[in-house]
Amino acid sequence: MDDFLILDGISKSFGKHKVLDNISLTVKKGEIFSFLGPSGCGKTTLLRICAGFEEPDSGRVILNGVDITKLSPNKRQVNTVFQNYALFPNLSVFENIAFGLRVSGIKESQLNDEVGKFLELIQLTSHAHKKPDKLSGGQKQRVAIARALINKPNVLLLDEPLAALDLKLRQRMLVDLDNIHDEVGITFLYVTHDQSEAMSLSDNIAVINEGKVEQVGTPAQIYEAPRTSFVAAFIGDTNFFEGDVIEVDEPYSKLRVDGFTEVLAYNDKKIKKGDKVHISIRPEKFTLSIEKPDLSEKYNSIKGKVEEIIYLGYHTKYWVRVNEFLVETKRLHDRYMLDEKMITWGDEIWLSWHADYCYRLWQSLKAKLKKRRTSYK
Amino acid sequence: MHNSKPRKNEFLLTLPSMGWLMIFFVIPTLLVIAMAFRNSDPYGGIGDQWTFNTIRDLRNPNYPSIIWRTLWLSVVSTIICIVTAIPASYFISRISKKFQDIILLLIIVPFWINFLIRIFAWKVFLHPEGLFKQILVTLHIAGPDTLLLYRPEAVLVVIVYSYLPFALLPIYAAAEKFDFHLMEAAYDLGANRFQAFLRVYIPGIKMGLLTAIIVVFIPALGSYVIPDIVGGPSSEMIGNKIAQRTFIDRNLPHASALSALLTFAVILPAAIALTRKFFKEKNSRSIGI
Ligand SMILES: Nc1ncnc2c1ncn2[C@@H]1O[C@H](COP(=O)(O)OP(=O)(O)OP(=O)(O)O)[C@@H](O)[C@H]1O
Ligand SMILES: [Mg+2]
Repeated sequence: MDDFLILDGISKSFGKHKVLDNISLTVKKGEIFSFLGPSGCGKTTLLRICAGFEEPDSGRVILNGVDITKLSPNKRQVNTVFQNYALFPNLSVFENIAFGLRVSGIKESQLNDEVGKFLELIQLTSHAHKKPDKLSGGQKQRVAIARALINKPNVLLLDEPLAALDLKLRQRMLVDLDNIHDEVGITFLYVTHDQSEAMSLSDNIAVINEGKVEQVGTPAQIYEAPRTSFVAAFIGDTNFFEGDVIEVDEPYSKLRVDGFTEVLAYNDKKIKKGDKVHISIRPEKFTLSIEKPDLSEKYNSIKGKVEEIIYLGYHTKYWVRVNEFLVETKRLHDRYMLDEKMITWGDEIWLSWHADYCYRLWQSLKAKLKKRRTSYK
Repeated sequence: MHNSKPRKNEFLLTLPSMGWLMIFFVIPTLLVIAMAFRNSDPYGGIGDQWTFNTIRDLRNPNYPSIIWRTLWLSVVSTIICIVTAIPASYFISRISKKFQDIILLLIIVPFWINFLIRIFAWKVFLHPEGLFKQILVTLHIAGPDTLLLYRPEAVLVVIVYSYLPFALLPIYAAAEKFDFHLMEAAYDLGANRFQAFLRVYIPGIKMGLLTAIIVVFIPALGSYVIPDIVGGPSSEMIGNKIAQRTFIDRNLPHASALSALLTFAVILPAAIALTRKFFKEKNSRSIGI
C-alpha cells in the first residue's frame, strides 16, 4: 500500500470557470508532497476538495484505500492548517489546541496530557493561556499546526502556511516544519506558490498551472529536467531557445538556432533530423570568460556583449546580448581576486556550457509564460 | 508619562456627549430618584418634605404580581427574540450580498409605519371577531369563546413582534463580520454542525448578542403602550402602573418610586456585571504582563 492518498481525475468548475481540469496525483505515506503553482491556479480548491469543503464535479479522493470523496470534513482523518490560520479568537492557545479533543469528548486528564505534549512540541508551553491576538505570526502558525496535528490525521493539509511571515521567520519556520514532520511522521500536503519553499521542503512536487498538472517529480527532477516551458520558467530562471535538429548522434543532437550558434544538446527523447525542438538552459549553467575558452567537444560556446549586470551579494546576474537573444547568466563569487579583470557593461565575453545542460521541453514556447523574463526578446 | 497627553485630548473629545448624557440622562434620573423620597400633595404636585412613606407605599399587595409579570414577560420575550435572531442572522449573513440588502430592507420597512398603528393592527388581528380568531375557530384550534386578546400571552407576542428587529440588527451586524472560515476550521477539527455553532459561532457574535439583549430587555421591561392596548387589566406591567399613578392618580412621587425601582432593576445587574469584568481584566493584566 504505497499510494496513500490518491486524487483520481478531479475536475471542478465554479460557474463557467473550470478551476481544476482532470487532476490525478498519488501521494505516498509519510512524505511531504507540494502543490506548486501561481496564484489562482486552483491549489486551494484542490486542497479544499481533500479536506471535504468542496465536492469535485468529477473524480475521486481515495485515502488509505477508502473513497472519501463524499465524506463530510468532520468525519475525515484529515486536518488543515489554514492560510490565515483561522485560530479561534475567543479561545486561549491551550483551548485552541484542545478543540479537536474536546469535540471528540475525551477525558479531561488525558486531554491535559495531550495538549501539554503538543505545546511542548511547538515550544509554546509558557504561552498556553494567551489569546491568539497576543501571539506573533510565527507563534500563531505553530498553534495552527499543533491544533491540526493533535487529532492524529492521516494527512495534514497546509495552505500556504508561511505566506504571511517575513523572509527570516519563513526560513526558520521551514526548518521547524521539517522537524515537526520528522517527529510526527504524518503525510503533509503542502500548498505554496513559492518555489524555494517547495524545493526545500518537499519529497515530491506537483507543478500546477491553470488547473492542470504540468509535472510531478522530486525537486531535483523538476529543477534540472523541466518537462514544459511553464515548469522551466516557474521554477527558477531559465533561457529558452527554439531550434531545428540538423544532426543526431545519440544521445546528443545538434540544433540550429536562428541568430545564435549551433547548439549541441543532450537528448534522451527520440527525435529525428528536421524536428523543431525547444530547449531550456538555466542561467547558472553558463561559464563566463573574457578569453575564448579552451573546451572539450561536448561544450558549446558563443561570444556576446554584456548588457546588464545585477549584483546580488552571493552571486551576480549578467544579461548577455547575442543578436536578438538576451541570455540570462549567473555567476557565483566563490573567490574574489583583486588582480582578476572585472566583467563590466559593454564587455565582449564568451559564454560556454556543456551539452548536458540543454533540456528539451515537451511543450511549445507558446504556452503562456507568466512568471519571469526570458531570453526571448 | 508621554501617555497622559493624548488621554487628555481624548477626554476633551468626549466632553460634548458626556455633557449631553449628564444633562438629559443622569440629572433627570437622579431627580426621579429624589422625587421618590418626597411626599405627594393633594393637587398632583410634589410635596416639600423628605419622607420614606412613598417608598413604603410600594408595598402595595398588587405590586408583587405585576412586578413578577413584568419580569417574566421581559425575560421570555428577550429569550424568544434572541433565539429567533441567532439562526436568522446566520442565514442572512450567508446568502449573497444582494439578498442580504433586500432582507434588511424588509426588516426595516415596517418602521415607517407608526408604532401605535402597528400595535392597533395587532388588536384588530387578535380581536374576537378578527381574521386570525376566525381562522382558528374554523380550524377547530380555538373555541368560539377563547380570548386571544387581553391576556399576557398576547402582550408577549406583540413585544416579541416589536423588538425582534432590534435583536436581529445587532446580531446580524456581528454575524456579518464573523469569519466563517472559523466554522470550516471547527468542522475540520471534527466538530459537527451543532458543536461548531455552539463553540465557535455563538462566541464569535457575543458582542452582538449582548447588545441585542440590552436593546430588547430594557425597553420590554418598560413596556407601557403594548400591554395597554393588547393586554387587559390582567396583563398589566409596571409601565402601566407608572402611567396610571402619573396621569390618573396624579401622584408623581409614587410614580417616581416605581420608576426608580425599575431603573435599579436594570442598572444593578449591569453594574455588577461591569465591575466584575473590570476586576477580572485588572487581575489578568497584572498576572499577564
Ligand atoms: N467559491 C468560489 N466561487 C467561485 N470561484 C472560485 C471559488 N473559489 C475559487 N474560485 C476561483 O477559482 C480559481 C482558483 O482559486 P484557488 O483559490 O484554488 O487558487 P489558488 O491557486 O489557491 O490561488 P492563491 O495562490 O492566490 O491562493 C480562482 O480563479 C478563483 O477565483
Ligand atoms: Mg490559495
